[in-house]
Amino acid sequence: MHRFKFVLYRPIQLLPVLIGVSIVTFILVQLIPGDPARILLGAKATPEAIAEVREKFGLDQPLVLQYVHFMKNLLQGELGRSIIYRAPVLSVVEQRVAPTLFLLIYGVVLSVLLAVPLALAAAWRAGSSVDQAVRVFSTAGIGLPAFWLGIMLMLLFSIELRLFPVSGYGEGALSHLHHLFLPALTISIALAPVLVRNLRATLLAQLESDYVSAERAKGLPERAIYLGHVFRNSLIPTVNLLGVNVSWLIGGTVVIESVYSVPGLGQLMVSSIFGRDYLVVQAVTLMFAIGVILVNFFVDIVTVALDPRVEM
Amino acid sequence: MAVSELHTPRRLAKLHERLGEPPRLVYIGAAAVAFWFVVAVFAPFIAPYDPIAQDLRTTLSPPSWAHPLGTDNFGRDVLSRIIFGTRLDLEMGILGVLFPFLIGITLGAFAGYFGGIVDTLLMRLLDVTIAFPYFVLVIAIIAILGPGVSSFYISVALVGWVSYARLVRAEMLVLREQDYVMACRALGFGHLRTMLRHMLPNAIIPAVVFSMTDVVIVILLGSSLSYLGLGAQPPTPEWGVMVADGQNFITRAWWITFFPGVAIVLAALSFSLFADGLAEWLGVQE
Repeated sequence: MHRFKFVLYRPIQLLPVLIGVSIVTFILVQLIPGDPARILLGAKATPEAIAEVREKFGLDQPLVLQYVHFMKNLLQGELGRSIIYRAPVLSVVEQRVAPTLFLLIYGVVLSVLLAVPLALAAAWRAGSSVDQAVRVFSTAGIGLPAFWLGIMLMLLFSIELRLFPVSGYGEGALSHLHHLFLPALTISIALAPVLVRNLRATLLAQLESDYVSAERAKGLPERAIYLGHVFRNSLIPTVNLLGVNVSWLIGGTVVIESVYSVPGLGQLMVSSIFGRDYLVVQAVTLMFAIGVILVNFFVDIVTVALDPRVEM
Repeated sequence: MAVSELHTPRRLAKLHERLGEPPRLVYIGAAAVAFWFVVAVFAPFIAPYDPIAQDLRTTLSPPSWAHPLGTDNFGRDVLSRIIFGTRLDLEMGILGVLFPFLIGITLGAFAGYFGGIVDTLLMRLLDVTIAFPYFVLVIAIIAILGPGVSSFYISVALVGWVSYARLVRAEMLVLREQDYVMACRALGFGHLRTMLRHMLPNAIIPAVVFSMTDVVIVILLGSSLSYLGLGAQPPTPEWGVMVADGQNFITRAWWITFFPGVAIVLAALSFSLFADGLAEWLGVQE
């Protein structure tokens, strides 16, 4: 089990990054021009409320002490109050986590379902017309603007064919699956090209390895070699690739949630920017960064679990 | 003198000699990219109408001979707006790559060359920056600066430098050990001269190749932000803004939303082809 020891010490290694992330999110709000107390409370704040916020966040103290205050509050889950929702930021943000998580996982599942068959078909005979067609898809797909693609899919499937709802999240898991199908499909069309490109390259590299020659010499059918061995050995790089791309995926959900009015973190972030609800923007930014760090940690664990040769 | 000529081929002819004939994809890509520059530069001569002139008699008219791509809710010609939009979208793609490129290669070169504390500090800053999703950090900074194209440039510069710094740093770490670098130092060349004139030209190729892919990413980013209302503002003709404007009329006038998106796809494809060709030619794995 010593291979999994990193699960224990990695969080300690990640501490400097987490502190750095907290400093950046702290500074973001510090950089807003104007009186910080007014910014945090909105234009219609009473003098009493302003005095209270000054006290609570230590706004008349030096920057370093303000950061200490910020960290102290943060560790207690105290992220301030939203000026739009008139509620604690944490409770506003909490409600938005589930739709975003649902959408992300849904998008990843659809991407894999789309990418794996395409990559398998392309790498089966490199240079064939199937391979060329997949290459066109993956080149064009990378340049597709997700917001526009989302609207086009909505026009076709929701407005013309009336197969899916135009927006929202729905009630219950089945309804979520139905409501979020088009948003997840949009994400997968944006992500799949990257996966296809890399999975294809990995498959082709695997086909060159010695074990493939050995299996051919042994008389194993080509199909069994391809699906049973080459494909399985290409899965780990694909899992890693998903980890690398999670940061892009999150960026994608911010836009997609706005297109489809999904009540998730991304849509909250964009609407809070327009509402000058800076503490909510700060909290969402922080949550996304922590999310990326956690996913990468998780991907490392999965990689070690899948491949006994890997040492972290 | 002889050292610099041997190892820093600055002239294009030498580069050509060293790398051989570019693949066909480079020419196709370059032609496609050039097309967009021609459209941007000659927009006033190509566009049939004024991109912001409203004509309330012809609102929401479908594609026709008079308006090949139709008109929007203010009667503005969609084709003319797309043609003029090329200017801003191309500008965003280029300046949005140029600033991060310059910052990134400078920081990466210093970190890779000097190592030690400079390198450690930069790498920590890099770790923290990439912990944030690129898009999220960009819009968080725009939230503070206020929506607009100049905020976009500042924000992208602050976030986008990391990719370039990483690429150049990795190259510099390898080059640092080469004999010609020691020769430069032995000849009494200063650190700056060794680093910028002799090492950087050899270290920069992966960063240049990535910058072409980055143009595609940044054009998509710029138009997405404008779509969300955080970048270019109406009535500026910009592709993302046009898509957002048209969305309200999507059931009655699909063309307002459809065609600007096609322009984005084609522009992105042009730069992608060029980037792929360049990567193939210069032998850089992405």
